[in-house]
Amino acid sequence: MGNLVKTFPIKHRDFIHAGKPSIEIKNLLKALNTPSEIIRRVAVCGYEGEMNVVMHARNGQIHLELSNTMIIVEITDTGPGIPDIDQAMQKGFSTALDEFREMGFGAGMGLPNMKKNADRFEISSTPGKGTTVRMEFATGGR
Amino acid sequence: MQLTEIAMILDARFLAGEEFALKEVTRVGASDLMSDILAADSEGSLILTGLATQQVVRTASIAGVSAIILIRGKVPPKEVIDLAREENLPLLTTSLSMFVSSGRLYKHELTGLDSRR
Repeated sequence: MGNLVKTFPIKHRDFIHAGKPSIEIKNLLKALNTPSEIIRRVAVCGYEGEMNVVMHARNGQIHLELSNTMIIVEITDTGPGIPDIDQAMQKGFSTALDEFREMGFGAGMGLPNMKKNADRFEISSTPGKGTTVRMEFATGGR
Repeated sequence: MQLTEIAMILDARFLAGEEFALKEVTRVGASDLMSDILAADSEGSLILTGLATQQVVRTASIAGVSAIILIRGKVPPKEVIDLAREENLPLLTTSLSMFVSSGRLYKHELTGLDSRR
């Protein structure tokens, strides 16, 4: 199988559609017979990333790349960036508004949960420009 | 325990996914925090929640949750029920509180998401 690449846009404050790309990714991986344990980790990471863009950034995208041995999910946004990444990676640290917390998000669990679920996790951010989170998942051949 | 039995114990009714009434669950999570559901081992579990938004259904679908029960008599907007149908997710509602719902299920030998009691 060659590389499969797909990109989905994410809109700031679009709570109606948030999560749809991750569900599409889940269904796509399912159709490719990816082990369900891996699908769940990819979908959870994608969804957490989507919610981060919806809540904190401006616009962004979730980019999926599949190779024979690996799934790569990259979430990029043009938001305000993260001034202190170490702080943002701490469980429970959050800058989410109350209106997002009332929707069950913004508990400061997103980034640590993404790190936990991905086989490899990289985050880079430029204040005033945006943030990129890149996650890799080993599939051990397909 | 089958969803249909759980529905009886909680006086709950199906809003979507009646066709999955015989599905079995043994682990239950009770939370209004979707972040907690996503971070926990919630695959194959039943979720009790007071949130009734589309994000509850999407969270459940992504985390592989088996069924959702809305507490305190919540009935979500039609779009939420339609989304649950689309995702083949049983969605129920009970007039009981989170506390009483959890207590009744605990009494019937169901466990937490980590299988503890």
